[in-house]
Amino acid sequence: MSLTAGRKPDGTRPPAAVEEPAAAVAAASASAAASVKVRASRRADRAGKVPLRVRWRRDRALVLMTLPVILLLLLFNYVPLLGNVVAFQEYDPYVSSNGITAIFHSPWVGVEQFSRMVDDPLFWGAAKNTIVLFVLQLVLFFPIPIGLALLINSVIRPRVRAVAQAIMYLPHFFSWVLVVTVFQQIFGGAGIIAQTLEDHGWTGFDLMTNAGLFKYLVTAQAVWKDSGWGIIVFLAALAAVSTDLYEAAAMDGAGRWRRMWHVTLPALRPVIALLLVLRVGDALSVGFEQFLLQRSAVGAGASEVLDTYVWNMGIQNGDFSYAAAVGLVKGAIGICLVLGANKFAHLLGEQGVYKK
Amino acid sequence: MSLNTQLVRSLKAPARPVWEEEPNKAGLTAKGGLLVLCCLAVLGPLWIVLVTSLSPKPVIDRVGGLVVIPQGITFVNYTELLSGGQVSRAIMVSVGVTLAGTVFSMAVSVLAAYGLSRPGSLGHRFFLMTMMATMFFGAGLIPTYLLVQSLGLTDTYLSLILPSAVSVFNILVLRAFFMGISPELTESARIDGAGDLRILLTIVMPLSRAVLAVISLFYAVGYWSAWFNASIYLSDQSMMPLQNVLIQLVQKNTEAPTGLQQAVRTGQLSALGLQMAVMVLALIPVAVASPFVQRHFKKGMLTGAVKG
Repeated sequence: MSLTAGRKPDGTRPPAAVEEPAAAVAAASASAAASVKVRASRRADRAGKVPLRVRWRRDRALVLMTLPVILLLLLFNYVPLLGNVVAFQEYDPYVSSNGITAIFHSPWVGVEQFSRMVDDPLFWGAAKNTIVLFVLQLVLFFPIPIGLALLINSVIRPRVRAVAQAIMYLPHFFSWVLVVTVFQQIFGGAGIIAQTLEDHGWTGFDLMTNAGLFKYLVTAQAVWKDSGWGIIVFLAALAAVSTDLYEAAAMDGAGRWRRMWHVTLPALRPVIALLLVLRVGDALSVGFEQFLLQRSAVGAGASEVLDTYVWNMGIQNGDFSYAAAVGLVKGAIGICLVLGANKFAHLLGEQGVYKK
Repeated sequence: MSLNTQLVRSLKAPARPVWEEEPNKAGLTAKGGLLVLCCLAVLGPLWIVLVTSLSPKPVIDRVGGLVVIPQGITFVNYTELLSGGQVSRAIMVSVGVTLAGTVFSMAVSVLAAYGLSRPGSLGHRFFLMTMMATMFFGAGLIPTYLLVQSLGLTDTYLSLILPSAVSVFNILVLRAFFMGISPELTESARIDGAGDLRILLTIVMPLSRAVLAVISLFYAVGYWSAWFNASIYLSDQSMMPLQNVLIQLVQKNTEAPTGLQQAVRTGQLSALGLQMAVMVLALIPVAVASPFVQRHFKKGMLTGAVKG
């Protein structure tokens, strides 16, 4: 289980690459604005002024258009939600020919899977890795798109800007398979750095299998892949800043840096707050494919995060009930984190993901 | 206007506002240097991959690995990979799944986005809530796996499309864009007797080309890059998409694609060159398509959002 559509490892991972801040902002503000606009007409309909039959005749085309998506979501997002009951069972996939009906034939064991989890050092190892990686990503990844956006924003030649943006966006569209392979060809044991060092007499360079440095390696991969894409949302916020503010500040004698500090950064504050809330709410999802792909190179000890642990215990070892229990705990903590982070944003006077 | 003057004009900076101080040399150099560095960090690795895939085997052997400076060009890796065999089949699979998946995802998403674009319509609030709630929880890997299995989708290409066909984010972006289209246009069509489907096809969609392009790209890239679903739902190696074949080649240290192993062993082909060629093949569609749609990114994603 994971929060926010981003990077979740369950089968329902949306294929679209939009699980990004930009889209999150889009979604958040879209829903908020829409609900305001509409209130009046909805109230009229609800008050019974328009009979249901008339509304059906008027809107049936719209309902029929919406239905396919709703059915897909019910089938692949809501029905599996019920399947989490296997966390309270000793699920045996072979007790019936069908995976779902097997649930009805498996014995109930209460919270046994959860107490097993508490005593499981591997689980705690995965949890620790997850938290360490989240902190690293927050400290090392999060500020980079902001800096890049300021850099791009200060370029005034439109052509240079467009080309630089096109290049920086590019890695976002590469699959993790490609990104990991690129890194392997550069930092791996047979990679370009190892080759160069070997030519000069140093042997044994291999960053890809170094368990101690793995956390920095994966953070660097995330930066390479997504920090360029992350600037879109900041650029949009920067474009909305009125040049009058800059001019007024300049008139008052503020130099380049003071203008950045007193005009630009305050303009970015709401966006930064929103993205921070989203990131903290999604803290337990630090990436999944990335870790799965490098598992064999660096070993499970360094690369195991909660999401891969669920995969390993469930899909690989067939211990479905235990894996579902781990996933359930992760999801529950995730929901608390989203709500908590949002509350915190409200306390600071920012809007957060949803309104109060 | 000659191409040259056009180029010069486009590179010329627009006028600097009078209140802004003239940039100093050091600052400009630092800024330019940083920008070039960022671009090189992206393009450098891609260059090396491309050059290695195009290098003849003797060159790769002499350099002892990846080739940075091109010394001779050969397309033998590509012709071998594309003349049937594992990689050709994987490309067909990936292209097929990407095309079918994108068309399906776009069809249901556009319909739903339009269906939800008129607030106050029947069930609007309920449908929207049902959709948005899924952004805050995931059903979990294990139950989803069990469901796909018991639906009998394993070992079919439907397992690569259906479970991940809908992205609520994408629908919300589309919806926001559709809602920004002036209601006068759709209303006048309605008065002329057009139904909702017709309004969508003849008025709303032609006005939304930018956002449709962006969202199609997002869906297509998602399908093209996906490998995890194939790795858990497909067991037949011959059904695997390109990304999974790439994993086998690079991560699992398989020497070469099946069928070409003999050629590698006898020294006709370079295993590294072949691997890099597969990478380039996996890169090309994305690298070609995304800059093409780039000018719409901001428009598609953000004006859609602001208009709400």
